[in-house]
Formats: sequence, C-alpha cells, structure tokens
Amino acid sequence: MWRWLHPYAKGEASYRLLGKMLPWFSVLAVIGVVVGVGWGLAFAPPDYQQGDSYRIIFIHVPAALYSMGSFTGMAIVALIALVWQIRTAEWSINAIAPVGAVMTAISLFTGAVWGKPMWGTWWEWDARLTSQLILLFLYIGVIALYHAFEDKRTGAKAAAILSLVGVVNVPIIHYSVYWWNTLHQTSTITKFAKPSMPMSMATPLYIALFGFAMLTAALICWRLRNEILKQELHRPWVQQELLGDNAAQTEGQ
Amino acid sequence: MAFESWHDFIAMGGYGFYVWLSFAGTFFALAGLMIHTMLVRKNLRKLCAQEAARQQRLARRKQQRSSKA
Repeated sequence: MWRWLHPYAKGEASYRLLGKMLPWFSVLAVIGVVVGVGWGLAFAPPDYQQGDSYRIIFIHVPAALYSMGSFTGMAIVALIALVWQIRTAEWSINAIAPVGAVMTAISLFTGAVWGKPMWGTWWEWDARLTSQLILLFLYIGVIALYHAFEDKRTGAKAAAILSLVGVVNVPIIHYSVYWWNTLHQTSTITKFAKPSMPMSMATPLYIALFGFAMLTAALICWRLRNEILKQELHRPWVQQELLGDNAAQTEGQ
Repeated sequence: MAFESWHDFIAMGGYGFYVWLSFAGTFFALAGLMIHTMLVRKNLRKLCAQEAARQQRLARRKQQRSSKA
C-alpha cells in the first residue's frame, strides 16, 4: 500500500489525480444539488406543523453535516501531516478549512433564518447553536494559524495541532441535543435508525446530502489543486501547467 | 408538485421570505467561495509568470557572467 500511496506525497502526482477526480465530483454535485434541493423545494409535501418553512432543511442539514464532516477530515489529514510529515496532507488542511468554514456559516445562517419563524428568534445561546458557532471560530483559527507564520511549514503544523484539538468539538455538536435541553431538535435522520420523516421528504434530503457531499469534495479538490500549485510555483511542471508549453520551452533553452 | 401555481411557489405558504432568504444566502456563500477559488488560480498564473521571468533573468545573468570569465 505504501508503494502505491507514496507518489501522492509529491505535488505533481496529487495534482494530476485531483484533476481526474474534479470533473466527476463537479458533475455529481450539480446533479445531486439540483435534483435534491429542487425536489425538496417544489415536489416534497409541506410539513403538517411547519408548513413550507421546513424546506430550509434541504440545505441546512447537508451544510451542517459536512461542516462537521470537513472538520473530521481535516483532523485526519492533520494527524497524517504531523506523524508522517507529508506535505500534501499539510496543504490539505488549508484546502479543507475554507470549505468547512463556508458550510458552517451556511448552517448557522439558514438555521437562524429558519429559527425566526419557528422559534420566534434568530439566535439563542443554546448548546447546539453555540457549539456550532465555536466550530466556525475553530475553522477561522485554523485558517489564521496556517497563514500566521513566515515559515509555511510551521504554520501548517500549528494549524494541524489546532485541528486535532478542535475536533473534540465535533462530537460535542452532535450530542449537544441529547446532553443538554436545547431548543434545537434531535436528528431527523441517522445512519442506523429509520428516518423520523416520511420517505416523500427523506428521499430528496438524501439526494441533497449526496449532492452536498460531492460539492464539498469538488471544492476541496479544486482548492487543494490551487494550494499545490502555490507551494510548488518555482517548479517547471507548475510553469508548464499554468503558462502553457512555450514558457517551459523558453525556460529550458 | 406541492404547489398549485408559480405564485404559490414563491409565497411558500407565507414563509417565502425565510425560505428564499436562506436559499439566497447559501447561493451567495457558495458562489463567493467558487469565485475566490477562481481568483486564486488567476493570481497564481500571474505569480508564476513573474517567477518564470525571474528564473530566466537569473539564468541569463549566469550565462553572461560565465562568458565574461
């Protein structure tokens, strides 16, 4: 396995692999988001209590799930970066963090906009909302630490450590609705139990979840490709990639 | 179809403001992230051209120095 994995520690091999995956993720993201969200918006039946306001769920839940999923993924690459000193893993931290931060912001924003008509308030300092806000601050902290040092590797290491420490917040967010008496409801869908919503609502939600997963993956691939180019800017293959063949030829003369 | 008419769809059973506000916010956040990613790539091309020019300049100077000596 190591012999197979090892080339991807090099920037160029990873860049090419990501380039092959990016169009697939992008196409599946567009299909999943359009079908899932479109179905949820126009074709799923209204909720018997919340009416049509519940349709916010088709973006709120996917964004919230992948805000936590991205942080967990970032903590895993952070561990790899710290233990094996693989540079692609270090760069992945900076590729994942902005995507996760935007997902977190979307979940907070849509949650607030949903909370106003249903709970009568945009914001409440309850456990779920507060821990999710802390997740946003952790993401911002990771991004800031990554860029805070003159030496990029020191910054990546600091950001990796914050990712590993901060990942403790992810189970706290997940279990906050069980541990504390929150305004926020418990999970509507889980991996193991039957969803507590009818299939006519759950099916588009699952499709939207798939679409957002692909969207998150595509955005991370895209940003990681940029990060690799940025870090290896002085190498001939990057110049060939960005400037075309003539630049590399004149350089070779 | 859960709605009778286009107007009903926009109204969202009276929750139109909240539903469309949350969708608009999501759209702009994601669009902003994508535009930022594109701008980063565009800027990288500029930096890369500068770097290539610098490398060429260095190589030329090295050549001149060796031809003088």
